[in-house]
Amino acid sequence: MLAASKKFNLKEFVINNNTFIILVLLVIVSSILSDNFLTTMNLRNIALQQAGPILVAIGLLYVILAGGIDLSVGSVMAVGATLSAILITDIGLHFTTAIGLTVVVGMLFGLFTGVLVAYTGIQGFVASLATMTIARGVAFVITDGRPVKVESGTLDLLVSKDLFFPIIIITVALIILFASIQKYTGYGRKVVAIGSNETAVQLAGVRTKQYIMSTYALSASLAALAGVFIAARSSTGSATVGTGQELDAIAAVVIGGASLMGGRGFVLNTVAGALILGLIGNIMNLMAVPSYPQDIIKGVIIIAAVLLQIATSKKERTI
Amino acid sequence: MSSNYIIEMNHISKHFGGVKALKDVQLNVARGEIHALIGENGAGKSTLMKILAGAYTKDEGTILIDGKEATVSTPKAMIDMGVSVIYQEFMLAPDLTVAENIFIDKLSHSSLFINWKDLKKRAKNQLEKIGFGHIDPNTKVGTLSVAYQQIVEICKCLAKDSKVLVFDEPTAVLTHSETEKLLKLIKKLKDDGVTIVYISHRLEELFKISDKITVLKDGDYVSTVKTNEISKEQLVTMMVGREIEQLFPDRKAVFGEEMLQVNNLHTKDVENVSFHLRKGEVLGFSGLVGSGRTETMRAIFGVDRKQSGDVIYCGEKVSIKNPKAAIKLGFGFLPEDRKKQGLLLEQSIRINTTLVSLKKNGYINHANEKTFVQSLLAQIATKYGSTEDNVNSLSGGNQQKVALAKWLAIDCKLVILDEPTRGVDVGAKTEIYKIINRLAENGIGVIIISSEMSEIIGMCDRAIVMREGVVTGELSKNELTENNLIKLAMGV
Ligand SMILES: Nc1ncnc2c1ncn2[C@@H]1O[C@H](COP(=O)(O)OP(=O)(O)OP(=O)(O)O)[C@@H](O)[C@H]1O
Ligand SMILES: [Mg+2]
Repeated sequence: MLAASKKFNLKEFVINNNTFIILVLLVIVSSILSDNFLTTMNLRNIALQQAGPILVAIGLLYVILAGGIDLSVGSVMAVGATLSAILITDIGLHFTTAIGLTVVVGMLFGLFTGVLVAYTGIQGFVASLATMTIARGVAFVITDGRPVKVESGTLDLLVSKDLFFPIIIITVALIILFASIQKYTGYGRKVVAIGSNETAVQLAGVRTKQYIMSTYALSASLAALAGVFIAARSSTGSATVGTGQELDAIAAVVIGGASLMGGRGFVLNTVAGALILGLIGNIMNLMAVPSYPQDIIKGVIIIAAVLLQIATSKKERTI
Repeated sequence: MSSNYIIEMNHISKHFGGVKALKDVQLNVARGEIHALIGENGAGKSTLMKILAGAYTKDEGTILIDGKEATVSTPKAMIDMGVSVIYQEFMLAPDLTVAENIFIDKLSHSSLFINWKDLKKRAKNQLEKIGFGHIDPNTKVGTLSVAYQQIVEICKCLAKDSKVLVFDEPTAVLTHSETEKLLKLIKKLKDDGVTIVYISHRLEELFKISDKITVLKDGDYVSTVKTNEISKEQLVTMMVGREIEQLFPDRKAVFGEEMLQVNNLHTKDVENVSFHLRKGEVLGFSGLVGSGRTETMRAIFGVDRKQSGDVIYCGEKVSIKNPKAAIKLGFGFLPEDRKKQGLLLEQSIRINTTLVSLKKNGYINHANEKTFVQSLLAQIATKYGSTEDNVNSLSGGNQQKVALAKWLAIDCKLVILDEPTRGVDVGAKTEIYKIINRLAENGIGVIIISSEMSEIIGMCDRAIVMREGVVTGELSKNELTENNLIKLAMGV
C-alpha cells in the first residue's frame, strides 16, 4: 500500500474548509454590494450583534455532537436577559454577581433538560421543547411581561468602547476555549465519541449519561450568557429576547458542516456558520431590504449554503 | 450467450485517496459455478465486489456481465444486469415483514394498492423454492435470527431475478449448523443455475463448495485455480506469501491462583451460571448463537443487570454496576459486534484505539497519542494508512485489530473476548492468537467466546458449553473435541 502523497491538494483543501470559503466569498460579495459593509463601524456592529448567536450556536453544537438537540436555547436567552436585568435593577446586585447568578440559573434549566434526556429516556427534541416553553414562561412571569430597564454603569459596560468592547473579548476567549476543549481534552473527545456510537463508548467504561447531561447544561449556560449580552446592548431585559434563535443556531451548526446525527462538527466551523447567517442579515439591512422578504431570502440562502456544504464534502458512497 | 463467462472483470484498479486498493485485478467467473474469492484482510475483496455491485466506481478496467459491457455502474444498473451482492450488514428493514422485505421494490404488480394476499403468496413461493417454506412471510424481519435474515436477503435477490449472487463473508455470523444449512442452500442455488461468488476466511468451506478460487493479495491479482487441484497449504501460502506452520501457536502459560469465580448467576437471559477462572488460563465458552454466552459476560462486565448470584474476584465479592466499575477492577471486554458495539466508525483510528485508555477529561497530547497508537498497532501487525484515517476505511480484519488494540492499551487482568477472530484472515488470526497467548503468559485470565469449534479446541485450556441460557457442561483440555462440543451444545 502506497502512502498518500503529502503535497497540496486543492480539492481536499476545499472540502476541509468549505464553511470558511463560503464565509470569505460572502464577505467579498457583501463588500462589492455595499460600500458601507467594510467599515469599522459596520464590522464592529456585526461582532457585537453576533456575539450572542455565536455562543448559543457553540453550546448547541456540543449537544448535537453528543447526539442530542436543544430547542430551549432561545427561551433560556430570554431568562438570561430578564433575570440579569431584574437582579441588577430590582435587587441591586453588582452586575458581575448578577451575571454569574444568571448563568447558574441558565445552567439549571439545562440540567433539567439533561436529566430528562439522560435518565428518563425522553428524547432531546421533546424534553427541550418542554424546557423551551417553561423558560419562556418564566421570563414573562418574572418581568410581568414588561421590559426591565438596566441602570447605566452596569451591563452597558460590556459594550463600552473605552473597555475595548468586553463582549467581543469574552466571545473570542470562549470560542478559543471551546474549540480547544473539543480538540484537546478528554471531555471533548468523549462528547464526540458518544455521538458516534454511545454503546461503544459505554462499553469502554464511560458513564455516557453524565456527559450527555453536561452538554445540555453547557448549552443553556451559554444561552443565558448570550441573553445577558443582548440585555447589555439594548440596556433592557425583555422576555421576547431570543425568539426563534434556536432555529438560527441549528442552521449555524448545519452550515458549519456538523451532522445532526452527532459525532461530527467543529466549534470554529460553527462560528463561521453563525457569522454567515449574521452577514446575510447585515448585508440585507445595508441594502434596505424590508424585513419579511429578508426571511425568505435568508431561508433560501441557508438551503444554498447547506447544499454547497453537502456538494463539497461528498465522499464515496459507502454501503 | 457468446462467452462462457458470466462475469468478466479485467484490469480493475481502484484507489482511495493515496491508498491503492486494487491494481490491475481480474475476476472471471464461468456461468453456473461457485467461485471463491479469498485473500488477507485488506486484500481488496470487498472493494472488488462493491465495484461489481456498482456501489463504488472503478478507476480503470472493464466489466462485462454476460458478454455485455456494464457502462453505467450504479447499484440499480447492476441489479438490472442480474448481479446482487449480499453484504454482511444486511440491507433489510427490520420493522417490515418478511414478505414486504422480499418484494420491497415491487410490492404490487400493477395497481396503486398492495394486494397483501398476493404479496404473501409470492413471498411464500419464493421461500419454498429454496426450501425455507417454514418461515412465515408475516413475521417482522427484526425478530428473526441472523441466519434467517440472511435467507430473507437471499430471497430478495432471487426475486429480482439475479443470475449472480455474491456473498461477502456470509458465515462469519453463523453457527456451525447454520453454516452447514447455508452451504447446502448455496449448492442448491448452483443446481438451479445461479452463479455464486463466495468470500470467506474459512478455508474448509471453500473446499466444500467452490469450483474455482481466485486469490488476491494486497490489491494485486495472484491467480485463479481449480479447487480440486490445490491443497489448503498451497492456498495459504498464495494468500499470505509465506507458510504458516501452525495456526494455533504454542503457549507456555502456568496457571496461577483462582482469580474469578461466578456463582449461580441469574439474569433475564441466563440461569444459574457458575464457573471459575485461574490466572494465566484461557477459558472457552462454546454453544450456539443465543445460548447465553454473551449475556453471561455482559452481566459480569456490568452491562446487563444481574438478578442474583455472586461474582468473586481475587477472593473478594464484587458488585459491578457498570462497565466503568469493571474496567477499574482490570476487566476488558471485546464485544462481538464491532460495528455496533466496538468501534466509532466515523472517527479516526487514533481516537478509537485510545478510547479505553483515555481516562481523564483533561488535556490530550495528540503527538504522544499518535506515537503510542502507532507502536501499539504495529505490535499486532495492523495494516492502515494513517492514524488519522477513519476506522471504516479499514478492511474488516484490521477493524477488528483496532477494536482489540484499545484493550491492550490498558493494564487488564482479565480479558473477555467475544468472537475475537470474526472476519479475520488466517495470518491475522495467528497474530491474534499470539496476542492471546502473550496475555495468558503474563498471568492474565482470558475468556474466549467463539462459535468456531476449531478455535475453542485449538486455543482453550478448558471450555464451558451453554445451551438456552444454562451451562450444559464443562470440558477439560483432553475432552475438547468437536463431538463433545456439539453434543453439549445441542443437548443430545
Ligand atoms: N471507503 C474507503 N475509503 C478508504 N479506503 C478504503 C475504503 N474501502 C476500502 N479501503 C481500503 O482498501 C483496501 C481493501 O479493503 P477491502 O475492504 O476491500 O478488503 P477485504 O479484502 O474485503 O478485507 P477483509 O477480509 O478484512 O474484509 C484496504 O486497505 C482498505 O483500507
Ligand atoms: Mg471485506
